[in-house]
Amino acid sequence: MTRGGEQLTVPPADFASYYGRPVLKPPVWKYDIAGYLFTGGLAAGSALIGAGAQLTGRPALRTVGRWTALGGVAASTYLLVHDLGRPARFHHMLRVAKVTSPMSVGTWILAAFGPMAGVAAVAELAPLLPQHGVLGLARRIAPPIGNVAGLAAAATAPALATYTGVLLADTAVPSWHDAYPSLPFVFAGSALAAASGVGLIAAPAAETAPLRRLALAAAAIEFGGGHQLERQGLTSEPYTHGRSGRLVKAGRVLLAVGAATALLSRRSRVLAAISGAALVASSVATRFGVFEAGRVSARDPKYTVVPQRERLNENRSVTRL
Amino acid sequence: MPHANALYGPLDPAPDAGYENPPPRMGFFTDTSVCIGCKACEVACKEWNGVPESGLDLLGMSYDNTGALTANSWRHVAFVEQPRSVGWATPAFEGDPDGPAISPVTAAVGARTSTDTGTDPGLPTGSPAAAARMSGGPEFLGMPGAQPPGRGSGAEGRTDFRWLMMSDVCKHCTHAACLDVCPTGSLFRTEFGTVVVQEDICNGCGYCISACPYGVIDQRKDDGRAWKCTLCYDRLGVGMTPACAQACPTESIQYGELDELRERAAARVAKLHERGVPEARLYGHDPNDGVGGDGAFFLLLDEPEVYGLPPDPIVTTRDLPAMWKRAGLAAMTMAVAAAVSFLGRRR
Repeated sequence: MTRGGEQLTVPPADFASYYGRPVLKPPVWKYDIAGYLFTGGLAAGSALIGAGAQLTGRPALRTVGRWTALGGVAASTYLLVHDLGRPARFHHMLRVAKVTSPMSVGTWILAAFGPMAGVAAVAELAPLLPQHGVLGLARRIAPPIGNVAGLAAAATAPALATYTGVLLADTAVPSWHDAYPSLPFVFAGSALAAASGVGLIAAPAAETAPLRRLALAAAAIEFGGGHQLERQGLTSEPYTHGRSGRLVKAGRVLLAVGAATALLSRRSRVLAAISGAALVASSVATRFGVFEAGRVSARDPKYTVVPQRERLNENRSVTRL
Repeated sequence: MPHANALYGPLDPAPDAGYENPPPRMGFFTDTSVCIGCKACEVACKEWNGVPESGLDLLGMSYDNTGALTANSWRHVAFVEQPRSVGWATPAFEGDPDGPAISPVTAAVGARTSTDTGTDPGLPTGSPAAAARMSGGPEFLGMPGAQPPGRGSGAEGRTDFRWLMMSDVCKHCTHAACLDVCPTGSLFRTEFGTVVVQEDICNGCGYCISACPYGVIDQRKDDGRAWKCTLCYDRLGVGMTPACAQACPTESIQYGELDELRERAAARVAKLHERGVPEARLYGHDPNDGVGGDGAFFLLLDEPEVYGLPPDPIVTTRDLPAMWKRAGLAAMTMAVAAAVSFLGRRR
């Protein structure tokens, strides 16, 4: 075979293909799924904030956290069902529980989180009920039930925010799969950023001290876990180039700006709102950027063929030694 | 207790899926050295399985107008024309003047064509730059003509060439990523070791499509479900040969017990090497490869990527335990970050 010898001298991007057509089928997931990555993370982060506020006696922040968690999980459920080829069959997800399918695991995490987040949020309505009668009884028992539900939702929240990293990584899509060590951290950071962003916008300044610290922690987690995205060889390219690269970069910049502004926003509602908006926008940009990067990497045969060919050639030279 | 190789490595899939005393594992050996590109397999498959039509447009890249495996094409005959001869055969124009190949521009145009296959993502267009470099060489011969090279154009317009034809199909992997990630249990392992979609269960989540390292499984637009080759599960059950293998006029597609097919394939490669075709090689036959070996494997005459196959596919779920560990670590980090943030100063 003469080709083996030739390949050592050609530049890495030179590769054979079948009429340049993709080897893989690009993901059929629509932007629903990119949107879900954001809303699911927002719900998870907000549930944690709700529970933190509940345990440290910050009632207004607790209310914001719980309602945002419910809103996020409701939007998530809608987006997930809407993305199905057969939405009326969404309940077929509940036929099985499989650890080899991150989507199945995620379904069950959502099934646990959703109702708890719902109960915790609805319990916030208790003060609107009359003092006496059956509804009066409900008014008295709702807060403790809401507290238990809020803590239960918070207990499942970190799983909800991070399993989506595995959901994307457990595919043949080159830029997603190769990023498996980073994605859960990027998504955990992004979830905390979005949730602290909403809190900074909606909660009174007297109760948002933890959110300013949380925004900083979110940036640390996302930058710390995510810097590897640019260092995984050829499949990093979609994270740094093109539209997907610009989205990822925008996410990083907005996160840095949002976290820094949050630290300065102790006395200014305006700064807090600006910081919150930047944090939320950062999460949206990151989610859509990562989503788009995967689609780009599946559409070009380069990202499939070149790394595999390099691996084969390496293994062959090792075998020869 | 799951098998030590449940996610990766050599494994007999049917007993691992829980079948007691299953029949031998069945599969396809597709010997592309005798394929004549007649596409009888594509037609027979469509007829037997009631697969809808997949577009009648000409793709303008070769005699291949199917383009790829899709939900509406469960066999796909790839067609490649290369400026080289088979094996050690003396090129037809050896020593004679022969001209430059037809422009790579033709190939680049071919990469941009598509047809509405009625499926999603169906037949995505490719990279024109990659197409222009096709077959690992700088040359591309353009659309095959009805005339032998050089007849109409004089000596300077002629080239040496060979045709590669290959009937592609679902590989029915030992470690099938599509099956691993399916969240509804719609995809299942049969007693014959093959992988089949239950259309009454599939809800069109699309996870299998992103998980397949070969780009086989695809979604039908009109019904939203995922479809692929079943290795004619209905025919296997009554001891019949799958429709494509039955229709193949040259026995390029051979159906049988996988163990026997692997022996037959090894003998065929040895014979081809002996007869002066050193580029013959098997693809997907090795139980130690990244997917634990394919139930449908191939004899190829060039590198796999020339036929649109991944050169070294690895089932994505091999890394799943490591992925869950990373997610667990990230989840813990997140919980700690929230706790610490709330434990700090009140203002």
